[in-house]
Amino acid sequence: MASGIKDKVAILGMGCSKFGERWDASPEDLMVEAYSEAMADAGISPDQLGAAWFSTHLSDVGTGRGGTPMAIALRLPNIGVTRVENFCAGGSEAIRAAVYAVAAGACDIALALGVEKLKDTGYGGLPTGTVGTYIPQWYPNGVAPANFAQLASAYQAKHGIDAALLKRAIAQVSVKSHANGAKNPKAHLQKAVTEEQVLRAPMIAEPLGLFDCCGVSDGAAAVIVTTPDIARGLGKRDLVTFKALQVAVSNGWEMHSNAWDGSYFHTARIAAKRAYAEAGITDARAQISMTEVHDCFSVTELVTMEDLGLSDEGAAVRDVLDGDFNADGRNPCQIDGGLKCFGHPIGASGIRMLYEMYLQLQGRAGARQLRNPSMGLTHNLGGQPSQNVCAVSIVGHQGA
Amino acid sequence: MHGIIGYGGYVPRLRLQRAAVVQANAWYAPQFKAKAKGTRAFANWDEDSITLAVAAARDCLGTNEDRSRIRAVTLASTTLPFADRLNAAVVCEALTLRDDVSAVDVGGSQRVGLTAVLDGLARVRAGAGDTLVLAADNRQTRPASAQELDYGDAAAAMLLGADSPRARVLAEALGSGTLTVDFVDHFRMSGDDIDYHWEERWVRDEGISKLVPQAITAALKQAQISAAQIDHFIFPSSFAKIDAQLAKGCGIRADAVVDGLAESVGETGVPHALLLLAQTLERAQPGQHILVAQFGSGAQAAVFRVTEHINSFRPRCGVSAWLARGAMEASYTKFLSFKQQIRLERGMRGEQDKKTALSTAYRHRSTILGLVAGKCSVTGSVHFPPSRLSYDQGAPLLDTQQPHKLAERSATVLSWSAETLSFHMAPPHHYGQVDFDGGGRILMDFTDLDVGEVQSGTKVEMVFRVKDIDELRGFTRYFWKATPVRAAAPAPAGTSPAASPATLG
Repeated sequence: MASGIKDKVAILGMGCSKFGERWDASPEDLMVEAYSEAMADAGISPDQLGAAWFSTHLSDVGTGRGGTPMAIALRLPNIGVTRVENFCAGGSEAIRAAVYAVAAGACDIALALGVEKLKDTGYGGLPTGTVGTYIPQWYPNGVAPANFAQLASAYQAKHGIDAALLKRAIAQVSVKSHANGAKNPKAHLQKAVTEEQVLRAPMIAEPLGLFDCCGVSDGAAAVIVTTPDIARGLGKRDLVTFKALQVAVSNGWEMHSNAWDGSYFHTARIAAKRAYAEAGITDARAQISMTEVHDCFSVTELVTMEDLGLSDEGAAVRDVLDGDFNADGRNPCQIDGGLKCFGHPIGASGIRMLYEMYLQLQGRAGARQLRNPSMGLTHNLGGQPSQNVCAVSIVGHQGA
Repeated sequence: MHGIIGYGGYVPRLRLQRAAVVQANAWYAPQFKAKAKGTRAFANWDEDSITLAVAAARDCLGTNEDRSRIRAVTLASTTLPFADRLNAAVVCEALTLRDDVSAVDVGGSQRVGLTAVLDGLARVRAGAGDTLVLAADNRQTRPASAQELDYGDAAAAMLLGADSPRARVLAEALGSGTLTVDFVDHFRMSGDDIDYHWEERWVRDEGISKLVPQAITAALKQAQISAAQIDHFIFPSSFAKIDAQLAKGCGIRADAVVDGLAESVGETGVPHALLLLAQTLERAQPGQHILVAQFGSGAQAAVFRVTEHINSFRPRCGVSAWLARGAMEASYTKFLSFKQQIRLERGMRGEQDKKTALSTAYRHRSTILGLVAGKCSVTGSVHFPPSRLSYDQGAPLLDTQQPHKLAERSATVLSWSAETLSFHMAPPHHYGQVDFDGGGRILMDFTDLDVGEVQSGTKVEMVFRVKDIDELRGFTRYFWKATPVRAAAPAPAGTSPAASPATLG
């Protein structure tokens, strides 16, 4: 039986660039911005890095493929740099690789960095990725909003929820994230919005309007990890350690069988269950102080609350409207604004989520600091409801 | 006995109000004011002569998955998408016919639909087995031309065979007459899109009025019946009343003249005679005689006797029901866009490369063109696309899947959305997850539907359509889409002249 990752690896330092429409910055500039902050935070020099993992998704409009773009941008000392790509969950994969390398003793200190440069496409929204030569011959030429909007119709049908009520609940998801994002100087979108604004926004993919969709942003985020012993040896106190790192990937069951009802994420439920077991969490609502979930679309966040066990099945609409996930609620969610407002530079997002957990646990989150958080959960999803990669990670104070 | 053992047709759902066209072009072409009546059928953006033909064939063949009796397919059209690739082969794949079927494309004249039927009957008489004759056209016309208003798009299917325990002859072929003359009423050079027409008066007086009666006379003679015995006279033309004039000239009763559907569909080209024949067979009575004639580089005529088995067959939907399913369209620019006469701004999202890997397409041709899934012989689970390993949770089975056809099965929408973000020829782009009766699920495009018409639980059926058009290389690829199951709708309001201006807004 595997012993799990709990408390074997600590965060030594983190950095995150300003997210947004970074017309001023190349992907290399964004990487340097996040890396420099992380290195300064860690208090180490480049020659102390043993290995690095590099997450980026859309290589055609960003950095290009392979490990060299990062090694060259950061002038790394000829260490191994491995590119990982797992749709929007790539950032969590880079973290997992770095953490596992340290836990395995393969290196003392490892770097994981994610970057995405999306605003050189010439249009809003995400570019369409390539999917080989077979799938395009039968698969719809879909877009992310409509892929995720499928959740809304299925959820509504399953739970018999009135369309207007669901629309209001998902609007509240965005209202909450905008309120949080307004307190985050690194966020892409820093303006609060009203429910009425959200409801009246132009339709993108029925029933998702403009404000139900997250920002498409440029940005980079980086984390440096090591063992708790080394971290303490480098003078670190109040260590934040990894409690769980789980990834579950669809095998086609949702997509191809008739069993899945389309209203939830099969992978998220599996990954959450494994993560709670790995972290020793028995009552998520009581033990998880805060979450950063993959709110690519408002409806995704709503159903994810159920998948993580933070709402009962069919009760997320009520819980959202009750404010359970607001900054002052039962399980604050997207304290930093989430993908919705901090932004979503794909390859960086998983690491950006961890960045907020790290700041909150260290009491460094400024105007949006929560009171005494002890355990944070990140949920990083790639793909679409019917086939996806879902990473659930838990971090907390060492010993928590 | 040999003859027609099955029939079907297809008229696209979209019906353009002629008044919308006339009004838009009134500044330039006021002479068309008198034509501002009724509608013409036009193909959706994702329909072409191949997909129209598949739709008519399915209307004729019904939902029976066993189509092994069909030994030959002839596809007649002058607007086939491929000049060098057997268009009929695409149709055969979509219909999941046997690989050893004989198939051919024919064209070159407006009467080639009837030619294909007569050649098919000869084939049947020679003992070559059931022959499926398909005719389809999707013609382009110049904006502000008479043809734009007069033409329509449609397809028809005739299944030809001999009396057998499994199929009865519905209409026996009694005789035919053919005249091949290089009379050029219109032409279109290879590679061109639009017909060039000569003066209508000359075509009427010197062409149709002199050549068609010769073919009719020859057909009646071979059939050994008199003109007065004809109960249904079919002669498609966009020239008003020419059918009645021909009938009178040939001694055919005035009440035998079959309405040419000018009011609702328009003249559809190669398929039109067979479309009208299919509609006539829906109401024909045993013992009646049908004379079908078609004009083009000469003329052709055929005489059929309706048998006592006529009521033993019904097409799946039938021409009359297709006519009733029309959806009124008042947007002239939509018509022009779908007919490639104007190019609407697509934005950068419209720049996607649609290159088709032909080796991939061939490897998966039964999946893509035939919508054939894999059914696990152990668990019964259905997989689309088929795979070597099954998805059965915890116990994937290897190499247990057998071909399982989905195209004729009804299905239900599990989830859906309609998006306006991507480039789509007919926004919003609807797609969703569809669950098939008997198992199987596909995330697929929806087509031929209106906003608000679909929700979770909506019943859908499959239609074979254009998937993508690769403009860079000039290649069209096809797949299946879901469309709501529809009962026949009431006749479109705009087909009555009085209603047209009001619906124009």
